[in-house]
Formats: sequence, structure tokens, C-alpha cells
Amino acid sequence: MVATRALGISRGVARYLERLVTHDAAFRTLADVRVRVYERLARTEPVRKFRSGDLVSRLVSDTDATQDLLIRGLTPPLAALLTGGAAVAFCTLLFLPGGLVLGAGLLLAGLAVPFAAAVLGRGPGRRQAAVRGELATSLVDTLYGAPDLVAYGAMDRAVRRVEQADDELTRVAQRDATLLGFGAGATTLITGVTVWAALLLGVAAVEGGALGAISLAVLVLTTLAAFEIVAPLPAVAARLGSLRASGERLFDVLDTPPMTAPPTEPGPLEPDGTGLRVRSLRVRYGPDEPRALDGVDIDVAPSRTVAVLGPSGAGKSTLASVLLRFRDPESGTVELGGTHIAAYPADEARRFITGVPQDPHIFTSTLRENLRLAAPSCSDEDLWEALRRARLDHEVAAMPAGLDTEVGAHGMRLSGGMRQRLALARALLAAPRILVLDEPTAHLDPDTRDEVITDLLAAAEGYSTLLITHDLTGLEQVDEIHVLSEGRILQRGTHADLLAQDGWYRDAAVRGSWDSGA
Amino acid sequence: MKPLDPRLVRTAQAVRVHLVVTVLSGVAITVLVLAQAWLLAHVIAGATRGMGLDELSWAITAVAGVAIARGVLAYGAETAALRSAARAKSQLRRRLLAHVTGTRAAEEEGLPESPGRGAVWLSGQTGSDQGTGTPRAGELVTLATRGLDALDDYFARYLPQLVLAVLVPISVLVVVTRADWISGIIIAVTLPLIPIFMALVGRHTQARTQRQWRLLNRLGGHFLDVVEGLPTLAVFRRAKAQAAIIRRITDEHRRTTMSTLRIAFLSAFVLELLATLAVALVAVEIGIRLMYGILDYETALLVLILAPEAYLPLREVGARFHASMEGVAVAEQVFRVLDERAEEARARPGERGEDPTTPVPIGAHRAPRIRLDGVGLVYPDREAPALRDAALLVEPGRSLLLTGPSGSGKSSILSLLLRFTEPTSGRILVQEIPEPAAGGTTEAGGEGPPEGPTGADGWVPLSAIPPDEWRRRIAWVPQHPYLFDDSVAGNIRLGDPEASLEAVRRAAARAEADAFIRALPESYDTRIGERGTRLSAGQRQRIALARAFLRDAPIVLLDEPTAHLDPENAAAIRTAAARLVRGRTGIIVAHDTGWADLADEVVRVEAGRTTTEVPS
Repeated sequence: MVATRALGISRGVARYLERLVTHDAAFRTLADVRVRVYERLARTEPVRKFRSGDLVSRLVSDTDATQDLLIRGLTPPLAALLTGGAAVAFCTLLFLPGGLVLGAGLLLAGLAVPFAAAVLGRGPGRRQAAVRGELATSLVDTLYGAPDLVAYGAMDRAVRRVEQADDELTRVAQRDATLLGFGAGATTLITGVTVWAALLLGVAAVEGGALGAISLAVLVLTTLAAFEIVAPLPAVAARLGSLRASGERLFDVLDTPPMTAPPTEPGPLEPDGTGLRVRSLRVRYGPDEPRALDGVDIDVAPSRTVAVLGPSGAGKSTLASVLLRFRDPESGTVELGGTHIAAYPADEARRFITGVPQDPHIFTSTLRENLRLAAPSCSDEDLWEALRRARLDHEVAAMPAGLDTEVGAHGMRLSGGMRQRLALARALLAAPRILVLDEPTAHLDPDTRDEVITDLLAAAEGYSTLLITHDLTGLEQVDEIHVLSEGRILQRGTHADLLAQDGWYRDAAVRGSWDSGA
Repeated sequence: MKPLDPRLVRTAQAVRVHLVVTVLSGVAITVLVLAQAWLLAHVIAGATRGMGLDELSWAITAVAGVAIARGVLAYGAETAALRSAARAKSQLRRRLLAHVTGTRAAEEEGLPESPGRGAVWLSGQTGSDQGTGTPRAGELVTLATRGLDALDDYFARYLPQLVLAVLVPISVLVVVTRADWISGIIIAVTLPLIPIFMALVGRHTQARTQRQWRLLNRLGGHFLDVVEGLPTLAVFRRAKAQAAIIRRITDEHRRTTMSTLRIAFLSAFVLELLATLAVALVAVEIGIRLMYGILDYETALLVLILAPEAYLPLREVGARFHASMEGVAVAEQVFRVLDERAEEARARPGERGEDPTTPVPIGAHRAPRIRLDGVGLVYPDREAPALRDAALLVEPGRSLLLTGPSGSGKSSILSLLLRFTEPTSGRILVQEIPEPAAGGTTEAGGEGPPEGPTGADGWVPLSAIPPDEWRRRIAWVPQHPYLFDDSVAGNIRLGDPEASLEAVRRAAARAEADAFIRALPESYDTRIGERGTRLSAGQRQRIALARAFLRDAPIVLLDEPTAHLDPENAAAIRTAAARLVRGRTGIIVAHDTGWADLADEVVRVEAGRTTTEVPS
């Protein structure tokens, strides 16, 4: 009796300690995985593979899922192994056949059943994943496309499509339920059969005098209790399966080769006073793909503003990518003050070349924190000065919380123009030598576009600025314009030069006049 | 928090079926648990008394029978639970979808039709510059897919256990008390301690645990924010520093979480201890009486085997409380969407029209004269009106350019004409033109305000026309057209699914889209991919124009057709738009007057008012 009680208490203590240790370990692992995924992503060109917001959020939830691995994936099997082993040893000492039966039963219920259940569950998992994909796509189409669907009287059809996908998923899930119930049924059955076998053997042994009556009771009761610990194992096996999918997606990220080669020159980059020189720049995204940039030459002299203009797909974003050191060129050089920057660590080059990337990210924080990102040690006066140059100072001063105003997720509490100005102010704070402005007006309304571009160019005065754009807004204010199309420079010159000669620019200016307000 | 949301039972018929099945299988499991205990006690006691295999064989065989029956029952219950979960999820999903889109699925299930027929859903976003979707759309997609999956565990694991937690302890108590009332009393006294203790601990730690979960969510959000902003961080050379920050925050979080968890686990430990001690108490008391020969061995064994069974289901329910929380939370989210949107619709003026009993039939292929009469519009979530006192007269076959700064209310006028929203004041009237409008000259000045819903001069309030019928006369080219995950041809066929490929090609050619579509890998059969990501903005706009051409409607609405486009694309679209507007009633929204040469009339919209009317 005392033994029963001691066993009970010690089991409780063991479980308490076990939980404490595994949770602590899980959180430590989580921190590690987060940091590793993050560091890996930081070395990858951001615009291509991981662009979709959905992908990023799935990646983040995959990271969180790995914490499950320790808590729910590893401890139950370990605990089962220890406790089960002890129970089997105890019963074997008591009565050899009884111990063997218990051992066989536990192995079946704790190993064979979860394994079989996991194998059986793999089919349903795959089948359901495919149907789920269709359901999600049709739902996305129906909800995001609602205005178009309603306007064209197609909503009923879209809803029918979702319902078909839902029917299919429900049908598959119901059919798969007959497979997934296997684990629960088999575990219960094996438990009962093992108890029965222990009972049968035990009674026979008592009859034959090989086993005491009290021992029979202990044997049967221990057998009954021992199965309590393997009960959660089928669920664990199933969970491990889904965790593996998360893990594979994570490893896929961790294994993606970086877009930039390791630096060959370790030292600090020390450019002389000359500007940016791009020579015969060639970039392609894959061995079989056409070149995104095919022999581009661009010069940005100190304190000059140069624009690169071209239709979408011309290679403008690729150019920004190379300049901001997200990707290495296939051939050609990017020289800053006479040094080829690709040889140096990415962050070295970014000390001198920075700017406003396409879709600048505004962090869920205050205006101050978003600004100080670029220059962590600067004073409030510096911040106000940057805001003033970006023509955002009056609006910020009018906010009740001033610099401490929370901007909301993705800066949604600010207008599109304010977000661009904030991004510019941030870039100015970094005090680079070359300022790259990648499509600063892409998401703005046409009427705020003129204003913003004028302010941006005014604020950028004194810097060597490279403005990348798809429309002609404000181009009369820049020193030189390069027209880029299909990876090549078609024309170069000032606004006036280009208007005076036949070609792409004049065509675009004439056709675009109603849209650019020029 | 209730363990079972009554609305869940009311809404999903599958839940009711599931409850019945669960209770039945719970009863069967309880009977089998009792039977097994009795049989084991009988066999062991018999063997102790010297009975042999021959005499006990029936009981031993019965133990095997119980084992098989329990296995079959466990399998059946699990399968049934998963099947019910799948059905319940499907029913909730359809209810959600029907409510949000305002379509028919609700009627099929005998539920009252959701008000608003689509407009409920749309009301949140019309008139804004964002053309497609609302922030809620993503949330709803997640809720309807991954979110509802939380109900699997709720239905298949938690609810059955909840039923067992009621049935098993009570029946065990009854059986034990009948066999040995002293043990019965001990169990009866200690058993309630477990739920009471659980409630106490729950109340103590719930607030802390919830705060912890919120913190965890926020941390996840922070990580997402940082990953999304990586390019920006990299540009400012902050990417590496951020890694250290992530590590620090996660570490801090771990420490605070562990302190909370320590309490949670300690309480679990005490709970377990309580159950073990209670069982031990029974064992000791039985052992003593057994030693003095007051109690017979078989009864003692029965009580010993049954006593732990009384506590087990209660502890299991505690362990699965988390699954229940998630399930209940998801159900609550679903019902919040259902309730909130219904309220939103009630708060708005009657979408189905002022006079839904007498829908006015209209000819689908003729453009009416349209008139806005002192129309005001206030969106439910905004204070400032989008439109105030807007007045317009649109003659059939003529085209009108609405210009003005962004946010002035131009797009709201299109929303009203599309019946996405209804005016909060004033009215929109239409007048059927019996003969094709010859000349189509403006006669605005001469007419007085029409009297009544169907005035003598044929003016009919737009709200008296069923929205679907009215929209059949409109082709709309939004600022950000939504392309569906379908073939190019399928996307063009949006308004006319039966159209022949020949007709689709013709429409595409007139929309200046044929050339680029033919250059796609599988021409018109090329799948566009989710949200049309394969195509450029200009190409998407041209596909939207092809949709409008194929629809061949008498009224054409164009919303900033060339905003955000490079000049080459803009030129192609302008050509196509001019072609589309020819011979139709056209309303073009554009911020600048460059489109004026295409329009017969230019109206400037400023701060929600149609301020100046400039006849061109």
C-alpha cells in the first residue's frame, strides 16, 4: 500500500519536472530556430522567392510549429519507453510469461500502432492537402474578387465552386475518418487483449501453482495501468507527420543558396570622392532564362540626379537589387569611388549606397523607431531635420503624439504619400553617398505623385541620386535620363534632349501626357 | 467560458447528431468499463479461491469479448466523431460563406436568408481607392479553412471526453457504493475536489495564461513584421543587429512564460497528487478491512480496479481543456462574423430597395437615362460623408467624365450605380427610353423633380429594380480588376460563361489583349495563377476590358483605367476604352482631364459635391 502511494507521488513529481524541462528546452529551441531562419532570410534576395505575404506568414507559423516537436513530439515516447520498460521488468520478475505478454502488447500499442497509424494517415493528409488547396483558392477568389463577381452577376457561380470544393473536402475527410479511427481502435483492442492474455496465463499459472494469488492480482492490475502511458502515442505520431512538413518547408528556406557570393575583400570599403560607375552589367535569374540586364552602363556623378525609366519588366528592379547588394551580377562591375563593390561584404556597400526600396516596409512601431532604424544614435533634432527635408515635419508636428505616434501594422495609419516620405526621411538619416529611389511613386494616386516626386528630388539635393521609375512624372527635374527596355539602355539624355529626338521617350511623353499631368 | 456553445448546436445540424452519437457511445463505454472491472475481479478472486481455468473460462472469454467490443467501439466512436467534425465544419463554412456573400446556401439549409445579398460583404470597401478585397477577406479565408480545423480536436477529442467525465464517475460511484458503501463515501467526498480544485486553479492562472498567449501572439506578429521588412532592414544595415534583438525578445518571453507555466504545471501536479492520494486512501481502507476479514476479496478487487477509473476521465478533460478553448474560440469567431455583419446590414438603409414587393422589370439591352438627385452617402464606419448633395444627369449613349482629386467621392458614385451601396440621402432615378435615343441631347434644365416612385414621366427609383437585374446592364472596369485562378478565357467569360471562344477572342482583340494572350504559353487556356500574378498591371487591365466587351452591356463604368500604368500600356488601354464607350452610356472616373476629349461631358467632383458642370 505504501508502495502504491509512493509510486503515485513520484509519478506526479516526475511529470512536473519533465514538463518544466521540456517547455524550457522547447522555448530555447524556438529562439534558435527563429534566429536561424531569420539570419538565413537576411542573406537572400528578398524580392523573388519570398515575396508573397502568405508565404512569409506560413514560414513564421512553421517556425512556431517546431516548438511542438519537443513538447508533444519527443517526451511522450520517452516517458512511455521508461515507464513501460519498468512495468515490463517488474512483471517479468513476477511472472515471466506475463512480462513477455505485457512487453509484446506495449510494443504493439506503443510502436506498431502509431507507426501504422502514421502511415495510414499519410494518404489522407496528402489527399486532403490537395483538396484544401482548391478550397482555399476558390475562397480567396470569391472573397477578394467579390466586387467583380457581384458586378458581373457571377457570385452564385463562385459560391458554387467553393461549395464543390467543400463537398469534395468533406467527402474525402469522411472517407479518411475510417482510416484515422484505426489508431484509437487498435490501441484499445490491444490493451484489452493483453489484459486478457495476462489473465489467461496468470490463472493457468495459479492453477498450476507457479504463481501466487496476490501476484496474479498485481500482474493484472499493473498490465491494466501500463497501457495508460501509450494511449497518447498515435496522436503524437500523427502530429510528427505534420511537423515534418513544416520542417521541410523550413529547411527549404535554410537550404536556398544565397544570391550573393561571400566577399573576397574583408576590409572596410574606402571609396574616393568620385561617383557611381556601372559598367557592362549583366544579370540573369537562371541559366535558361533571358538576361534581365544585358550590358548596362550608367554613371552617377557626385551630387547629380539620374533617372532610369522603363516599362515594367525592363530590368529596373534588378538594377536596384544589384546596387543595394541583394544579388550579384553575372558579369560587369558596379564601382563606387573606383572600387568594385561586389567584392566587399554587403553591409560595407550599404554604408554608401542606400535608399528607398520598392515597397519600403514600415514597421509596426512609432514614427521615431521607424526613423531611428537608419541611424540608431541620432538625436530628435536630426529626426526633425530629416522629416523637414522630406516635407513631413508639419504633418508629424500636428499629430498629438508627435514622433511617438504609432503607425500601425505596415504603417496603415499613414497615407500612401506619408509612408513614402517617411521612408525617404529614413534613407536621408542613413546619410549615404548614393541614394537609390526604387519606384517611389508606384502606389500613389496620380495627383499626389507629382507632389511627392518634387519633394523627394528636392530633399535628395546634394546626394548622388538614382531614381528608378516607370512614369515620366518629374523627369524634367533630373540631370540625365536613361531609358531602359528589355535589359538594355535605349536612349540617354536630359528631358529636353530626349523630347527633341525621335524615339521611345518622346512617344511615351506624348502618349502619357494625359496620365502624367505634364 | 461554456464548454459547448449553444449556438453551435443550433446552427450545425451535424453537431446535434454528433452529440447523440457521443452520448450513446459514452454510455456503451461506461457499461464496458464496469463489465471489465467486474469480470477481472471475479476471475482473480475465483483463481485465488482455487477455481481453475475450466470454471473461469466463460469469464475469461467474456474479458476477451469486452476487449473486442471496446476496440470496435473506440474505432467507431473516433470515426463517427471525425465524420461529424467534417460535416459540422462544412456546415459552418457554408453558413459563413452564404452570409458573407449573401447567396443561396442559407436557404437550402432552411435558415433565414442573410440580409444584403452580397452588399453586406461589400459595404466595407466600396468607394475607397483599394479596388479588391478588404482586410477582412484574408481573415475570413483563414477562418473558413485552417481556423475551422481547430474544431476537429474539439469534436473528436474533447466532447466525447466531456461526456465520459460525466457518465463514468457517476456510474462508478453507484457501482462501488452498492458493492461497498464505505469506499463509495470516500470516492463521493474526494471526487468533487478535482473539478473544484481545477476551477480554483483555472481562475487563478487563467488571466496570466491568457496574457501569456497574447504575448506569444504579439511575438509572432513581431517576427512576421521583421521578416517582411527584411529588405528595408538590410538596406540600413540593421539586419544583423535585429537577429540579436529577436534572440533577446524570445529569451525574455521564455523566462516570463516559464514562470507562468511553473504555476500551471504545479497545479497539474497537485491535481494528479489529489487523484492518486484519493485512490490510495481507498486502497488503504480496503486493505485494512481485508486484513480483518470484514470485506470479501472480490468486492475489494472490484473497488480497487474501479476507483482509478472514476478519476481518470476528469483528469483527461482537464488535459484537453486547451483543445476545447481553441474550438470554442473558433466557434465564437464564426458567430461574431455572422452577428456583426447582420447588424451592419440592419444599420444601413434597405439594400433590397424601398419597395421590394413591386420589382420593376427592365429591358436589359437598352440604356436608361440616369439621374442623381441630391445624393448623400455616409459609410457606416466613417464620420465624414463620402458624398453630399451630388446631382447628375446621364443621357443614354453619352459619356461622362468624373474628375476631381482622390477621395473626392468619384468612386463612390460608381459604387452607387453598381448598387454596392445605397445612398443615405437623396435618390437615384432611372427613366426608360422607349426608342433608341436619337441624338441624346441634354434636357436637364426643363424637367422638374419627379413625383413618387413611378412618376408620370417614367422616372423609377433605382432601388426598385432588383440589383442583379440592374447590374446585368452594366460592364464595370475597376481600378484594380481581380483576376481569378482560372484560364484567361475563363476570366474573360466572367459575365457570360457560355460565350464561345470566338466571341472571347473578338472581345480580347477589341480590348487590345489578343496579341499578348496569344503569346502566353497556352494562349487562351493559360491558367492565370492566384490573383493573376503572372500578368502585368496593364495586361490585367486589358483582360478586364475584354470582360466588359464580352458583356456587351449598354452602360460602361471605368474607374481610373490607366492609373499606375506606364505610357505604353496606358495608350493601349485608352484606345480600347474609347472603343468600348462608343455607342454606350459611359461613365469614366479619372483624376485628370486628359480623358476629356473622349467624353461628351465633364463633371468635377470635389469633397463629395458635384461642383462644376463643364459642357465640353
